[in-house]
Amino acid sequence: MSAEGVNKMRRRVLVAATSVVGAVGAGYALVPFVASMNPSARARAAGAPVEADISKLEPGALLRVKWRGKPVWVVHRTPEMIAALASNDPKLVDPKSEVDHQPAYCKNPTRSIKPEYLVAIGICTHLGCSPTYRPEFAPDDLGADWKGGFHCPCHGSRFDLAARVFKNVPAPTNLWIPKHTYLNATTILVGEDRGGAA
Amino acid sequence: MSAEKTENLSWIDKRFPLTETWRAHLSEYYAPKNLNFWSFFGSLAILTLVIQIVTGIWLAMNYKPDATLAFASVEYIMRDVDWGWLIRYMHSTGASMFFIVIYLHMFRALLWGSYRKPRELLWIIGVIIYLAMMATAFFGYLLPWGQMSYWGAQVIVNLFAAVPVIGDDLSVWVRGDYVISDVTLNRFFAFHFLIPFVLAGLVFLHIVALHHVGSNNPDGIEIKDGPKGNRWSDKAPADGIPFHPYYTVKDFMGVVVFLALFSLVMFYAPTMGGIFLEAPNFQPANPMLTPPHIAPVWYFTPYYAMLRAVPPMWGSQFPGVVVMFGAILIFFVLPWLDRSPVKSIRYKGPIFKVALAIFAVSFVVLAWLGMQPASALSTLLAQIFTVLYFAFFLLMPIYSSLDKTKPVPERVTS
Repeated sequence: MSAEGVNKMRRRVLVAATSVVGAVGAGYALVPFVASMNPSARARAAGAPVEADISKLEPGALLRVKWRGKPVWVVHRTPEMIAALASNDPKLVDPKSEVDHQPAYCKNPTRSIKPEYLVAIGICTHLGCSPTYRPEFAPDDLGADWKGGFHCPCHGSRFDLAARVFKNVPAPTNLWIPKHTYLNATTILVGEDRGGAA
Repeated sequence: MSAEKTENLSWIDKRFPLTETWRAHLSEYYAPKNLNFWSFFGSLAILTLVIQIVTGIWLAMNYKPDATLAFASVEYIMRDVDWGWLIRYMHSTGASMFFIVIYLHMFRALLWGSYRKPRELLWIIGVIIYLAMMATAFFGYLLPWGQMSYWGAQVIVNLFAAVPVIGDDLSVWVRGDYVISDVTLNRFFAFHFLIPFVLAGLVFLHIVALHHVGSNNPDGIEIKDGPKGNRWSDKAPADGIPFHPYYTVKDFMGVVVFLALFSLVMFYAPTMGGIFLEAPNFQPANPMLTPPHIAPVWYFTPYYAMLRAVPPMWGSQFPGVVVMFGAILIFFVLPWLDRSPVKSIRYKGPIFKVALAIFAVSFVVLAWLGMQPASALSTLLAQIFTVLYFAFFLLMPIYSSLDKTKPVPERVTS
């Protein structure tokens, strides 16, 4: 092989063009590996709405139902709990629920369809733990101002009984309120409303 | 007999550089003669990696990576498989011992200035090994499918969801589902099995780089730059001794003591009072209920404390995630932060010594805070120590150049 008469420019172009085509091919070869890690058809289909029977839910009690693998809380708020909600407003990040974390029909002071029943996704908006239900007023560990709510054991975030987040905690936003509707006086359908599925 | 052996050996050597490799990396690899206690941890790290790979493969023979079977299969290993309890405790104790060894190995590098020129790449490969170890440990912690496994994975995977714009899709992609599920468990098992072999490859590169630049020592003096000629060779550094047999014997002594301590933990305190194996992990995973107090295993808690210390900004927890990963990634630039004219702590001045002490204390305090339930006081303390942790790195270019150093001798001290 003689180096004379070699067209170096042509060589460089050929090497560059071959490399680019090869890189594109390698990129395409990655697609099945990356895409196969997305949720499968079965995982995507597992989002059917669930029914919650609230006929035996005592005032002050909390019921958990599983929807899309997540805990959904139904809380039967007592009249004292509902009355205390407004007093939390100055201490909250988003007392008027401006952030779109609820269906339009729940953008109200109690974040619910019926004031007595709170329906919320029990997953902290910080890093996804399920906060603990702390309905009692003024417990020792949460302070004299505590008017019932949820306390996240993982990072200390606090929410009131309308699932609204307090200031100066790690969670940035209110908890999510799922689409839901009353099938009758004692049954709530979680994950779907009159307008359709979530 | 001996002639025959030599003949066999030369047959091999013509086809594979066996004798050459043995000489280059063991019998004629000259390590500084003044290595001390701190040099045990490199070989102990290799030992723990081997323990983890061997016990891990044996556990995989009986473990089932299926959300409905995983928890029970671990109990099956503990109760019904002959010696299964021992193999599992070797693996669970080994995980914590691996991190103890690596943290001491990294601290040794800080003491001796082993991250400085010409060992920057050696240090960077080491930080990549540390990251790969943390990934392996994280994937592995989900496998027993206990309460802590489940909620720990939930929190860590949600860190990705905090990334702006693509976060939600990214966390779904990592989980393969909208919550931690069977799909997640299955893929975490695959990664937990794979990464240790990648680790072994990285360890190989780490040693190639080490043997290329030569081992550092407590004095931080380059023996290759010193006078030549010792008992074994005229060209070898005068302050070097062959790795084999001198340091193989020394390291073997370290291995004996280490395995004795390892056995004490494994037989008498495998849970280490809830630190090596956390109590909530003895309950099967329940996606509906977070346990009253969750914390990652001890080797992640310094970073976890930092995550909790940073309040949300602009309606996002992303800043906390950045601080947490930044605390690990900052190790990559350490070689270029230290402006001191000397390498080893022995010849550095009082400012660096104090800074290193504050850093070590901050790391330990943050580890402890990360295990405690969140309170106003613990958050404040975590904020203070997070600032101190970063100050060690970010102020280093200033204080390391201001510091009054001592003169470095030409030869290593004994």
